[in-house]
Amino acid sequence: MTVIRVPPVLREEAGGARQVEASGSTVRELLEDIVGRLPALGNKVYDGSDIRPYVNVYVDGEDVRTSGGLDAPVRENATVVLLPAMAGGER
Amino acid sequence: MPSYRELLQQTKAEVEEVDARGARELAGAVWVDVRRHDEWDEGYIPGAIHIPRGSLESRIESRVPDRSTPVVLYCASGERSAFAAKTLAELGYERPVSLVGGIVDWKRNGYEIEVPKTLSPERRARYSRHLLIPEIGEEGQLKLLDAKILLLGAGGLGSPAALYLAAAGVGHIGIVDADIVDESNLQRQIVHSLNTLGTPKVDSAKRTIEALNPDVQVTTYRERLTSENIDSILDDGWDVVVDGADNFPTRYLLNDASVWRGVPVVHGSIYRFEGQVTVFKPGDGPCYRCLFPEPPPLELAPSCSEGGVLGVLPGIVGSLQTNEALKLALGIGDPLVGRLLLFDALATDFHEVRVNRNPSCPVCGEHPTITEYVDYVEFCAR
Repeated sequence: MTVIRVPPVLREEAGGARQVEASGSTVRELLEDIVGRLPALGNKVYDGSDIRPYVNVYVDGEDVRTSGGLDAPVRENATVVLLPAMAGGER
Repeated sequence: MPSYRELLQQTKAEVEEVDARGARELAGAVWVDVRRHDEWDEGYIPGAIHIPRGSLESRIESRVPDRSTPVVLYCASGERSAFAAKTLAELGYERPVSLVGGIVDWKRNGYEIEVPKTLSPERRARYSRHLLIPEIGEEGQLKLLDAKILLLGAGGLGSPAALYLAAAGVGHIGIVDADIVDESNLQRQIVHSLNTLGTPKVDSAKRTIEALNPDVQVTTYRERLTSENIDSILDDGWDVVVDGADNFPTRYLLNDASVWRGVPVVHGSIYRFEGQVTVFKPGDGPCYRCLFPEPPPLELAPSCSEGGVLGVLPGIVGSLQTNEALKLALGIGDPLVGRLLLFDALATDFHEVRVNRNPSCPVCGEHPTITEYVDYVEFCAR
């Protein structure tokens, strides 16, 4: 199982969890597994064929969009981070 | 026992002495001024480095590591430099030479001197802890006093930035903010206080900065950043922008303008217990659109006023931004270019991810498709 860090703005969709577990040997399998387990969270990140444009997915510190895409392998014990842009700072 | 005169004669006989013309012809030489600090402050030979006679033995190796480099030593009249040349010969330097007649003769012959920009005794005292750091020193402190840093927002992130940049002696700070100080700000916006409730944040921040450090000139822009005013604000010549904005349209607008103008932006954002920091340095790394090509839909983009924020979090993230801004102004260290630092205050965990330049980025990519301001509000509301 791979541990996926959930950003604060997506925690409601993950039932409040700061991290969730999913399995898959590629990024695509991992995201599809999340959609299966936690549809609310999964659908915010993955539209069924691609990562949503406003979310970044990092595997071991690399953005999957620029490092192999959805078919990139995910090793056991990889660190996966989901990251939408955060609204602010604040004034 | 020899007298001083005799010792001087003896030393001068042992070392190589050259006149100004001969010294100028010495190819590849390093010039070392061995006089006292106050003498150096009155003017030195252009290109010379300053190592007072008393520190020569301990500091020469770090400044002139290659002992085969010719070294021209000078003082006021050529006496201290003769002793200095002898010392360097004893340390194994192959060609230390003493300038006959020193800087006095140099000036008499009509050669140029340079008067250094130096810190007053008051500034020396105020910035002494910076002066002690080799990476900063007097030269770095003078750079900071010459630096111009713009704060976008005088809120949670802008507060620690304003205070620490001012304390550090950044000579010119600009602040853009249209809001007034509200009671709910004081839980984290430490540049404001009860005394400035109800006043414009830019004025409140200016007041605090001026009370902290009179070396700092503050320019205030009591307005929201828009595509109408951004050019005139950036025309004021800011070296670095610290982005503590509270909304996506402003962040994308700032990004586009800073890419086109080549101004580095230190980005920070916060939400509840978590923060993000990175540096966008045009030409040297990715831009905000490389990192986030599109803003998230509104339901994924709550502001702190909707979602809340731990009071100290902007203090931490804004301080990290300030650290990056100071490094950029000083030209030292490794700024967070191409790296996004994620901080989780609940876990006390720092995590770093890489941010690559996107070759097809519409603003900083190889074939940009956005070359002028767009409707940022509309873009972010899509």
